[in-house]
Amino acid sequence: MAEYMFKVEGLKKDYSGKTVLDIEEMEIKRGKITAVIGPSGAGKSTLLHLLNGIEAPSSGSIWFEDSKIGEKRLSLDLRRSMVMVFQKPLVFTATVYENLAYGLKLRGMNKEQIRQKVEEMLDITGLKDKKHQKANTLSGGEAQRVAIGRALIIIPKVLLLDEPTANLDPANISIIEELIKFAKNNYGLSVIIVTHNMFQAKRLSDNTIFMLEGKIVEYETTENLFNCPKNETTGAFINGKMIY
Amino acid sequence: MQSFRIAFIFLTRYGRKVIFMAFFTEAFRKALSLLFSLDGELYGIIFLTLKISAEALIISSIIGIPLAAILFMKKFPGRGIILNIISTFMGLPPVVVGLFVYIMLSNQMGLFGSLRLLFTPVAMVIAQVILALPIVMGLTHTSLMSLDVLVIKTSITMGASNFQLFMTILREARYGIGTAVITAFGRLMAEVGAVMMVGGNVRYQTRVMTTAIALHKGMGEFQTALALGTILLLLSFIINFFLQFLKGRRA
Repeated sequence: MAEYMFKVEGLKKDYSGKTVLDIEEMEIKRGKITAVIGPSGAGKSTLLHLLNGIEAPSSGSIWFEDSKIGEKRLSLDLRRSMVMVFQKPLVFTATVYENLAYGLKLRGMNKEQIRQKVEEMLDITGLKDKKHQKANTLSGGEAQRVAIGRALIIIPKVLLLDEPTANLDPANISIIEELIKFAKNNYGLSVIIVTHNMFQAKRLSDNTIFMLEGKIVEYETTENLFNCPKNETTGAFINGKMIY
Repeated sequence: MQSFRIAFIFLTRYGRKVIFMAFFTEAFRKALSLLFSLDGELYGIIFLTLKISAEALIISSIIGIPLAAILFMKKFPGRGIILNIISTFMGLPPVVVGLFVYIMLSNQMGLFGSLRLLFTPVAMVIAQVILALPIVMGLTHTSLMSLDVLVIKTSITMGASNFQLFMTILREARYGIGTAVITAFGRLMAEVGAVMMVGGNVRYQTRVMTTAIALHKGMGEFQTALALGTILLLLSFIINFFLQFLKGRRA
């Protein structure tokens, strides 16, 4: 089995002739939390969409474990190995229970197994008392917890998070960060989190990628990147200076 | 002289109002007495009206809802033209549909003349399906278009197969689809031109509420026509209330 979860070579993505992502080489480590930081328009979300197969690259290659992806549509098996959670929490027009059960139903699990797993996830996400509530009546933080719980319940190999705590209150941010750590420690998930919040990256991640204008400027362990950045721009960014 | 003129105008208007009110009250009273008269012919007409509308609605929904979802999910050349045609056909004149079905089923020149379907309830259902299908398709497509794009992305990233994605978007748009079906039902219940043309308003065979109303109006029996109209309205109200209740209960 490959050591990496994702490997990328010569990856490019163009929109209307403009290159928004250009990565020569990159590997994402298995079983780690990798944060992707950088200013708006750096290509962070695009990278996540390409890794998830929601969008196809303009050129280059992506390997997910030993499978080359990105050239054609992902097979159902590969798609079911990774789940993405978006910045805006999307809940289906159904109860919290039904939302959490969604991925399990797609995988044809029987009702009793689904019930057990959902009850467990309701506990983990702290939503037990909201079990029968319509998910679209929840607060933003609760809805995001449903979205992350719905992703975790199927225990994917990779969890892709696109700014999952943007615009949330500190209490919900803390719960969601605990959920992410729980997923890594208990399920051995590889997590890639795109975030604007450098403190969050510092708190959560093992490795951090700093991106600017579609390129990777620095990719280090979180400790190294925040304590002794090799690149001047990275240093300026983590010190809160305007770099664009 | 001036005040006399004003008084005369007032009295005339007031008098007309009284006559009008009495006419409508009498029609309503007649509608109730007809409804509870245990008249077999009337009940037959009501039953046929509901049966034809319900059959046409079910067929249109079974065909129209999945087709609208396919049009929403699949991008292919000519899709825009198809959507334009559907929008245009949402306002199809019933008489034109009736004429078209009549020609298709007519013994002399129709492609399907040999089936001998003209002036039967089947012909009426066919005409009504043609009328309801664009409404069901058009409004279903509109409700799918208004779905949050994240519904599709989330469903895909959660590992939905094509069929599961298809079912997810239909479930998420269910209230809009419910509105499409209720709107189509309203159109079918109120429709007269097409069913008259292909059904022929044959007593005990193809007479429905709307054609019966047209018949009584033609014979100058306005009050009976109005009473039947009141019954039709009551029926529509009860069924719409039931459908809205189902829609609301799930909301």
